[in-house]
Amino acid sequence: MSGIPMTHGLLLSVVLFVLGLIGVLARRNLIMMLMSLEVMLNATGLAFIVAGSRWGQADGQIMFLLILTLASAEVGVGLGLALHVFRRFHTLDADALNGMKG
Amino acid sequence: MKMIELLGWVPLFPFLGFLMLALAGERFSKPLIAWVGVGTVAVSACLAALIGAEFLTGTMEPCGLLAGYWLEVDDLVAPIGFYLDALSVAMLFVVTGVGLLIHVYAAEFMASDPGYARFFAYMNLFMSAMLVLVLADNLLLLYLGWEGVGLGSYLLIGFWHQDPNNGYAARKAFVMTRVGDTALLIGLFLLFTQLHTFDIQLLMLRVTSQWVAGELLPVTAAALLLCGALGKSAQVPLQSWLPDAMAGPTPVSALIHAATMVTAGVYLIARTHALFIMAPSVQFAVAAIGALTLLTAGCSALVQTDIKRILAYSTISQIGYMFLALGVGAWSAAIFHLLIHAFFKALLFLAAGAVIFCFHHQHDIFRMGGLRKAMPLAFWSFMIGSAALSALPFTSGFYSKHEILSAAFDASPGLWAAGCLGAMITGIYSFRLVFVVFFGKECPVIETRLDWRMRVPLILLGALALFGGMLKIPLDSVFPVLFDHEHGFDAVAVGTAAAPLIGLSIAAWFYFTGRFSAQSPADSGLARRMRIFFFNGWGIDALYGAWVVRPFKTIAELNKNDVLEHAYIALASLCRAGQRMVGATQTGNIRWYASSMALGAVVIIAIGWLS
Repeated sequence: MSGIPMTHGLLLSVVLFVLGLIGVLARRNLIMMLMSLEVMLNATGLAFIVAGSRWGQADGQIMFLLILTLASAEVGVGLGLALHVFRRFHTLDADALNGMKG
Repeated sequence: MKMIELLGWVPLFPFLGFLMLALAGERFSKPLIAWVGVGTVAVSACLAALIGAEFLTGTMEPCGLLAGYWLEVDDLVAPIGFYLDALSVAMLFVVTGVGLLIHVYAAEFMASDPGYARFFAYMNLFMSAMLVLVLADNLLLLYLGWEGVGLGSYLLIGFWHQDPNNGYAARKAFVMTRVGDTALLIGLFLLFTQLHTFDIQLLMLRVTSQWVAGELLPVTAAALLLCGALGKSAQVPLQSWLPDAMAGPTPVSALIHAATMVTAGVYLIARTHALFIMAPSVQFAVAAIGALTLLTAGCSALVQTDIKRILAYSTISQIGYMFLALGVGAWSAAIFHLLIHAFFKALLFLAAGAVIFCFHHQHDIFRMGGLRKAMPLAFWSFMIGSAALSALPFTSGFYSKHEILSAAFDASPGLWAAGCLGAMITGIYSFRLVFVVFFGKECPVIETRLDWRMRVPLILLGALALFGGMLKIPLDSVFPVLFDHEHGFDAVAVGTAAAPLIGLSIAAWFYFTGRFSAQSPADSGLARRMRIFFFNGWGIDALYGAWVVRPFKTIAELNKNDVLEHAYIALASLCRAGQRMVGATQTGNIRWYASSMALGAVVIIAIGWLS
């Protein structure tokens, strides 16, 4: 195996995940929130890859393929919803869409 | 097939009539309503006549019929069972026979009423319940009928519910009889817990074999049953609902508040006479209450001006005679008087109804007068009815009252004297009514034509009231014969025969000297106060008003904001506060949800890590 220790890979994935989470929590635009979600998904994918290469098993990569499929499906649904939201409310601001409170 | 097997259909037919009229009566045409309402009663009257004929021509062995089970819990079994002996046959004849005639009469009397279907639905319900009451072989089923007739009575007194006074009268009747019914129910519980059965015959057998006469248990049980009978039969001190019950239509007063329901108390005591024999003190109380009632109600009847209230007080008084008879152990005399009373009192009420009908709901006797020529049928009905009511010799009432008074004389001359005095008062008030309404200056009558449906019942009941004294229902097979010596033509018989004649003479003397009038010449001092006192039924209503109704109202007023309710209000507001707190976290902001999820995940991971 190449010289990158697992800890570094996992740290990178954690950093990416936290960046994505901050994106989801901080951004108000739905599109940007979806993109941040993608970052979080990819961060988890990276963690699987790192773990897979550490133990020399293909399961990690298979898991990544699964996550990739899931992410594309999620983007499809998410973008569709975002489009619909925009048509209906003429905004993509998540904070403005708070009609279901209480 | 033996007719007895059809016994269950006797109460069932009126009930079917009730169901049909209650569910679809509003859509029926008037003739159809009358056919259903009267027809179902006619069918059960025919069945009752056939069953009774079979019973009386046969061996007259009591027999039962088990129609099914109502309740079955452990050893508590309440069968829907009917029991036929001479007593229930007599009651069956009264209820179906008089009931049928009154239904026929009502078909015409109520013809112009918009609530025609409702009226017959209630009447059929009442008939069904009354038949269950008299035929039941166990006390629980009897109690079902007992409450059923109470319900029917309530519905029919308040039949013209547009007038709040009628509703008040209905509620009064219901609540006052309920006082007695509660005691009766406690009595049933006592009998069941002590003797483990509801079956009346078995119960009476166990009462005589397991209990000792005069001890606490039989006395308590008998007293509780007596309270129930007092309420239903309008005896002192629970009598004041009956005069107000006259708010109902006149056929109702005839059927329920004269001929059948109010005699249910007499029937109950006669049915459970074995228990009363075991409690001599209570049995004496029955006689004393009867004597007291017949005198007080008689005095009240003397001064009433409403034709129906006179008859109502006379009903209370006559039931007092029946209680007197029960109290002195003359069981069959009591039932005989019940039978005869049903005939002549129904006749009097129906004749009064005819007068009221022709005067367009005028009740005041001093606004009537001279109707002898205009309404001969009503006049003769009233003459026969009043003669039987006051027990003039050779009318039916004479025979029954004679039996009662001679039995009372055997028990105690004091009771006999009260009975004779009552008979004299009866003579005065019944002929006062006849003289004022049918003699004197003629009043213009609005309408005098009576349909055949009103005439036939009057004629038949008149015949029964005249000749009913010859009926012999062999009640000795049910009751023990306590006295056997016959009074010949002695002082007692003379007293019994003379008392009503004296009453009649006094009434005639008062009338022809002009002392019966709306403005009585006795309108001064003591006489006036006595008059008002009697008129208001001996102030019983005022007494209850002051001692029961007003304190109750005061308590209700004090506790208007129900104390107990505050606990529930606190519980409800606690729930609402919790809902508001939890609901506040539901902001609708998606980023808020995401942050709380993230925070939650961090907390859970931290807990997992640290532990």
